[in-house]
Amino acid sequence: MLSRIQFAANISFHILFPTITIALCWILFFFKLRFDLTGNPVWMRAYRFWVKIFALTFALGVVSGITMSFQFGTNWPGYMEKVGNIAGPLLGYEVLTAFFLEATFLGIMLFGIKRVPSKVHTFSALMVAIGTTLSAFWILALNSWMQTPAGYEIRDGVVHATNWLEVIFNPSFPYRLMHMLLASGLTAAFFVAGLSAYRILKGDEKQAPRLALKTGLILAAILAPLQAFVGDLHGLNTFEHQPQKIAAMEGVWETEQGAPLLLFAIPDEETRSNHFAVGIPNMASLILTHETDGEIRGLNSFDGDHPPVKPLFFGFRIMVGMGLLMLATAWLGCYLLRRPAMPRAFLKFLVAMTFSGWIATLAGWYVTEVGRQPWLVTGILKTADAVTPVAPANVGLSLAMYLLVYVVLMWAYIHTLKRMAIKSVYVEEFETAEPAADGSLTNLPESHIKPNSKPGTAGGNA
Amino acid sequence: MNEVLNHSGDWLPVVFIALMGLAVLAYAILDGYDLGVGILLPMGAEDELQRDTMIASIGPFWDANETWLVLAIGLLLIAFPSAHSLILMNLYIPVAVMLIGLIMRGVAFDFRAKAAVDHKLAWDRTFKIGSLLTTLTQGYMLGQYVMGFDQSLSSQLFCAVSALGVTAAYSYIGAAWLVLKAEDQLQTRAVRWTQLAGRASLVGVVAVCAINPLVNPGVFDRWFTFPLVMFVLLIPVLCFLGFVGNDILLRRLPKAHDRHSSVPFFIVVGIFVLCFSGLGFSFFPDIVPGKLNIWEAASARESLQFILAGAVVVIPVILMYTAFSYRVFHGKATELHYH
Ligand code: HDD
Ligand code: HEM
Ligand code: HEM
Repeated sequence: MLSRIQFAANISFHILFPTITIALCWILFFFKLRFDLTGNPVWMRAYRFWVKIFALTFALGVVSGITMSFQFGTNWPGYMEKVGNIAGPLLGYEVLTAFFLEATFLGIMLFGIKRVPSKVHTFSALMVAIGTTLSAFWILALNSWMQTPAGYEIRDGVVHATNWLEVIFNPSFPYRLMHMLLASGLTAAFFVAGLSAYRILKGDEKQAPRLALKTGLILAAILAPLQAFVGDLHGLNTFEHQPQKIAAMEGVWETEQGAPLLLFAIPDEETRSNHFAVGIPNMASLILTHETDGEIRGLNSFDGDHPPVKPLFFGFRIMVGMGLLMLATAWLGCYLLRRPAMPRAFLKFLVAMTFSGWIATLAGWYVTEVGRQPWLVTGILKTADAVTPVAPANVGLSLAMYLLVYVVLMWAYIHTLKRMAIKSVYVEEFETAEPAADGSLTNLPESHIKPNSKPGTAGGNA
Repeated sequence: MNEVLNHSGDWLPVVFIALMGLAVLAYAILDGYDLGVGILLPMGAEDELQRDTMIASIGPFWDANETWLVLAIGLLLIAFPSAHSLILMNLYIPVAVMLIGLIMRGVAFDFRAKAAVDHKLAWDRTFKIGSLLTTLTQGYMLGQYVMGFDQSLSSQLFCAVSALGVTAAYSYIGAAWLVLKAEDQLQTRAVRWTQLAGRASLVGVVAVCAINPLVNPGVFDRWFTFPLVMFVLLIPVLCFLGFVGNDILLRRLPKAHDRHSSVPFFIVVGIFVLCFSGLGFSFFPDIVPGKLNIWEAASARESLQFILAGAVVVIPVILMYTAFSYRVFHGKATELHYH
């Protein structure tokens, strides 16, 4: 059990940073490309600010990811013995195609701005973006395969691949990948919008944060409805392959036709019923089968072989609720963009929404992962059979160490974000000089710390 | 060597152990120098500029360097899953400590550039301590691995020697990297560091080489059978010459016009390659010394073929863009122009 908690804690911590970086990197590429195309220095300033935040977030993603790659062996030896033939190569391709690409070009992206031509620099940003996306591709191929295995056979109790294309493009993979990439897009969009709103609230008069805010809101306004649509398709796919998970998500105990969509309830596994249920009649059936009296198999028909109900039920509502809130916020924001200045109340609300993507993403993952229980790999391997025999005391000790480190890091991360935002209100003066005619940037801090560029005169030429 | 002949038709595991060896060696050299730079970080208040330069010299590379570790552990997982479980479960706590060290390093690196001025020193300390934790635990794990995960007092003692030895070796390569990358005062300091670390490493290497064949009879037999002995003894001899030659050269550095400043680094790389091949020679084809060989531990053919097909295409590409990145950042490290 401890070892499961440790794994969950580590991956939950890990996933927070990739969700931001996967999409933030594309946003950065967009900023840089816009600068290259228009020559407007405001794009470059936006790029400069966000690339620093990206670097920090990326570093946290990398260190927590390295921890993850060791934990497969230490915490789940039974897992590797049974399905290592599938999991190994997928993880291997992630390292080979994604990690090296992003790590190497990240070096050029962060430190090479004076050493390579502007085009090569933009190309590096693109490579990093492709790298993070490939990384999501492979890890989700593995995770989807664990949900809906395909393309394999079992020989001598060990799983062997028979068709790699089927393994990778297993039934739930396209939905999961799309859903995750969109989740990342939304998370990054609100992250960018929230932090930009914070800068503006702190009195930043420059254009760069406004531009970033606009980019974030427009992106969110486009992605949020897409996410709801893809999420619905994803749900239909799950309904087909893992009906017990859907039953738990919807809190359906008895198989019924015309099941209601529960807006609120407290599912109770002891009495196998819901308390305080408030629902819309026939709605769940309509969504899942596209018929008002379609049949949904209830939890009771799965006879003890279904996941815990409460976490799924609430997790799902948190995710969807967040999704709808994001949709409303983004659209309202785009409407308000037409005004000369955003109302302060709305800006404050955006600041509050900065990490809303994290909440939805974690909730979504918990639904997915807990919903697979008691299986670790659906139909092949039970979670209980894969756990490590390492002494609980050792696991407990290392868990305590990790948790301590994570709490400190999270505090430092958020604190530093705040500081960087506040600092940028005054200091971006460094970066206000026009780039040289060839687009290369010679206006690095050192060459521009002149006595007169003190805080207070900032913003003049933004 | 009988096992090798018995399995001669089955070459996939050999290819994979070679690939893994390459990844581990690349890791030891590449992350070796940036860990070494971390260990050497001088902590005095007046050293801040030098710290900036030192960290700038590894800035563009450390992330990619660490990826070799991920690749090595990934290859172990892919190709030899049972060895992966066996090794990592036996090293559970040291692995956890090493990971914490790596986390401290990775984040300190980024936070130091962004934190408030008065926190910078604290992050630099974190960087240094993280580097030390990482190298000490790696050395300890190497010792445990060689000792077959034996927990007795004498093997713990050996592990302690190995921990210090590996730390010295990483400092050695880190200092030599700085001789190559730094100028002026820092370079002069680095020359001195390289000398000291080189001597310490020599002691470490000799200690490990002397104890290893004594406790592992198989290793003794392998090294000291005629006529192979004539050939393989070249490894320690060349290694020794490397240490001595480097020491002599270092006494003359730095020279005018920065001549020969890259030589120490490449000599140390040579020493790393030699030590590593010695280690490989001692144990091949066992993947867990005395317990499991590569054929017993290998995973299914079709999985190995699938990943090999990709590796053959991708690894050259990785090497190409890695070379590109080193070309972009060739020359002396300038101070930290962040982004
Ligand atoms: C590549 C595979 C993979 C990926 C990408 C994830 N997980 Fe996972 N997760 C597993 C592979 C896995 C696993 C190895 O399959 C576990 C271990 C035990 C289990 O039931 O599944 C698991 C368990 C597991 C559990 C424990 C469930 C239980 O024991 O009841 C939680 C809470 C999470 N995960 C949460 C997450 C979160 C928040 C993720 C996203 C960031 C995530 N997982 C991504
Ligand atoms: C069990 C699962 C996972 C393992 C073992 C794992 C492993 C790793 C490792 C080792 C790294 C560091 C790579 C480097 O050195 O550059 C990393 C980074 C990364 N991971 Fe994961 N990871 C897991 C889950 C995920 C998930 C669920 C996603 C997203 C969908 C993801 C996306 C990324 C990305 C984008 C990076 C690049 C670093 C960053 O952007 O912050 N990983 N992961
Ligand atoms: C708005 C409507 C949404 C619907 C209908 C929806 C639907 C779903 C469904 C059905 C699953 C899961 C399950 C499975 O079978 O395992 C899922 C998983 C998930 N959701 Fe959502 N979702 C929505 C919004 C969001 C938002 C806004 C985010 C994040 C910003 C998000 C992030 C995730 C993640 C990370 C997962 C787990 C990974 C995966 O399975 O792809 N979802 N979602």
